[in-house]
Formats: sequence, C-alpha cells, structure tokens
Amino acid sequence: MQTTELRGHVYGILKSIAPETEPAELDATAPLRDQIDLDSMDYLNFIIGMHEKLHVEIPESDYQKLRSLDEIVRYLREKLPV
Amino acid sequence: MIEFKLPSLGADMDQGTLVEWKVKPGDSVTKGNVVAVVDTSKSAIDVESWHEGKVYELITQPGETVPVGAVMALLLEAGDTPETAEAWKRARAAPAFAPTISAPVPLLPPAAPDTRERVPTAAPDARARVSPAARKRANELNVNLAAVNGSGPDGAITLEDIERVATTTMTAPVSRMSEMRKTIGAAMARSKREIPHYYLATDIPLARATEWLAARNTQHSVTERILMAALLLKAVALALKRHPGLNGFYREGRFEPISAVHIGVAISLRQGGLIAPALHDCGGKNLDELMRDLADLVRRARAFTLRSSELSDPTITVTNLGDNGTDLVHGVIYPPQVAIIGFGGVRERPWIIDGAVRAAPVVTATLAADHRVSDGHLGALFLADLSRSLQAPDKL
Repeated sequence: MQTTELRGHVYGILKSIAPETEPAELDATAPLRDQIDLDSMDYLNFIIGMHEKLHVEIPESDYQKLRSLDEIVRYLREKLPV
Repeated sequence: MIEFKLPSLGADMDQGTLVEWKVKPGDSVTKGNVVAVVDTSKSAIDVESWHEGKVYELITQPGETVPVGAVMALLLEAGDTPETAEAWKRARAAPAFAPTISAPVPLLPPAAPDTRERVPTAAPDARARVSPAARKRANELNVNLAAVNGSGPDGAITLEDIERVATTTMTAPVSRMSEMRKTIGAAMARSKREIPHYYLATDIPLARATEWLAARNTQHSVTERILMAALLLKAVALALKRHPGLNGFYREGRFEPISAVHIGVAISLRQGGLIAPALHDCGGKNLDELMRDLADLVRRARAFTLRSSELSDPTITVTNLGDNGTDLVHGVIYPPQVAIIGFGGVRERPWIIDGAVRAAPVVTATLAADHRVSDGHLGALFLADLSRSLQAPDKL
C-alpha cells in the first residue's frame, strides 16, 4: 500500500470518529490529542478502526509511538507488508 | 387495556415529539420492544414498551408534540377485545384525553381512519419514514424532521433531503444545541435550588489496577481491550452495593433506595452538550460485558439512538473528565438521583509506598451527595470502599 493511500485510510477512520474534524487540515507532526477532542474511548475506537481496516495488531504498549498523524502513518507503514 | 404513555425520560424532559411509530395496529409487542421514536430536546429516543399486548390504535401522529404521561397508543391485553378498547375510548373521550402541545391532526381521530381529514399544514406527510442515517444527520444539523418533505419512496426522508433543508434553513431560530443547553440548565438549576449538596474527595492509587489492566490487555486483541473507565464503573457499583444509601431517587419528600445499580454515564456529545444514559446493572456484569456495553452506549448516545429506559433508569451518575487533563470534578447531582461520582485523570504523582516516595498512577475521586438522604460519614465510607475495591482489580 502506498503511503498516500495509507494516509487516506487513517484520515477516513479519524473522520468517522470525529466527524467535525478535517484531518487534512491538522498539523500532522503535532500530537493528535492536542488538536482534536478525543477521549480514551474515541482513541480506542480509532485504534480498533485501523486494526479492522488494515489488519494491523497494535499493542497498547505502542500507543506512545502513535501520537501524531505522521507517526501513525509511519508506524503502520512499517507494520504492513510491502 | 394498556395505555401506552410517553414515559418520563429524566428530570429535564417534560415533552416529546413523535418522529415515527415502529409498530402498526395489529402488531404484537412484548416488554422492551421499541414502539416509537420520540424526539426530545436532547436526542431522538427509542421508546420501549413496558407491557405485552397487541397494538389496537396509534393515537399520536408523527410530528405531534405531547407531554410526558400522554396516552400515545392503545394496546390490547390478553382478554381484551376491540369492544373493550372502544368502550375505553368513549369513557375517556374528554378533552383532556391525550393532550397535545402542538396538534397537526385532531386529538381523537374518528372511528373510521380512512375517512379522516388531514388538517392541511406546512408539515409533510406525517407518516413519512426516516432512514437512520438521515435522522443522525438531522440531529447534527439541527434539522426539524417534521419540516422536511421526503423525496424517497412513499415520502421517506433521505439523507439528501436533510442536507437540502439544512442548507436552505441554516437560520433556524431554535437549534438543538440551544434547546439542550436550556434543558441541562433547567435540571441543574433545580438541582442547585433543591438539593443540599455535600462534597468529598479522595486520591486513589491505581498502580495495581494499571498493571493488572496492562497485563490483561496484552493478552487480548484490540477489539477486546478494556479501558480503566470500566474498572472504575465496576468498583463504583460494588461499593454502592455495600452503601446503598447513595443509590436511588429522592421523590416526594423521601428517599427510595434502588437495589440494582444503573449508572448514568456522562457522555459528551461531539457537537456540544451531554447526556448521561444508564449502563444497566453494572454490579451484575463482568468487566468484559461492562466494557462492551459502555462502548455500545457511547456509540448510540452519539448516534442519537438511545432507549427510553436508558434515560429514565439511572440511579446515580458517574462523570469521568480526566481524559483532557482535569484533576478534580465537583459534580452537580442530576435529580431525582441523590449522588454523583466524579473521576479526574489518572496521573503519575508522588506517592508514599513503604515509607519511600515513588511515582505512582493516582486518580482523584469525588462524591457530591444529597444531605437530605445521607451524611458525609456515609460518603466517606463509600469512597474508602471504592478505593479498597480498586486495589484488588482481579476481583472486579
């Protein structure tokens, strides 16, 4: 999967959880939860969304690597088969 | 003869607008079946039947606003005949029958429905059906469904209809947001006026709970992961079982304790406002069930598909405001409940363990309770019990 396509999936999942946000307009390098209102249930649903869409297992201990959108896309990129 | 009435859906709701019937005359309903969808200032609600019976007549028409307690439909019980229903109607044919606040159609329809005259109004076909997606969008955009002309099959209201109306009526004078703010304000003003609150707080170390949870979650797939919120809710339910004086309703000058713990979970809605529907029987569910039901409740609250029992049943409220960095919540009791429990964020703080200062995850739990029903002594025992429960997470 191309990085652009991957990013599109991530943005789509985020938008389904926080419909009022425009993911493309967020600062992709800054922590996500500083920019949009995501509680722990929303964040879990975001992780579940990526798991279900991309079939990636994301352990809780990796949450700290998934703060910004860029970090998330990079993480998924590494986890997905090329 | 069963009178299907608009149930009370909490302290801040005294009327509702029928959006659609989910049943038609002749249908059998059992307890818990969704009979109607009613719009309130906060949300569209699936109204459930409390009885078993067969629908005889639908009295309230879609688009009508009726007060709590109004008879919306007649159901036949076992042994009832249509004659029973007709006799009931004649006996109740006073003007007070099914009072409506705004009535686009006659209150008491004539016996033969096919000859009934529709009062011409600007409102669309009152029987129009609405797709769930359209209803959700209408809620988001504050579109009054009664003012939408459906373009779908049989006049069904579609997503496109909602979008069209929303763009042409963006200047709607009363938005759902301002209505919701008003109803929350009214309930909270009543609370502050009538309920003599007392407030307690305690810091609860969560090192054991955090470790237990992390270990448990590593063994489960992401879809079966549990949040700390579920542990907190279960611990609250267990502590309430041992201190029932905080769980129940204060009505007509006296406290009615309730044995089941239906925790009203405060859920913030993304477009603003909040709602605190019941997570039923928290004490009787294990953590997996509690987490599953909590996720479902949050999802449905935000999609505006709550059930009437979820609004009328909460025996106590829990508000969890820690996710955005708050340490301490001073709750306002939601009448007729008699207590509210608040949790701030779980944060690493200096904590003394075995005589040494260590960094440990700690949460501040607060209790606001009604002095007409309990004293600070009971509240303190409850908070101590809650703290103890959370030190043995494997027993939750």
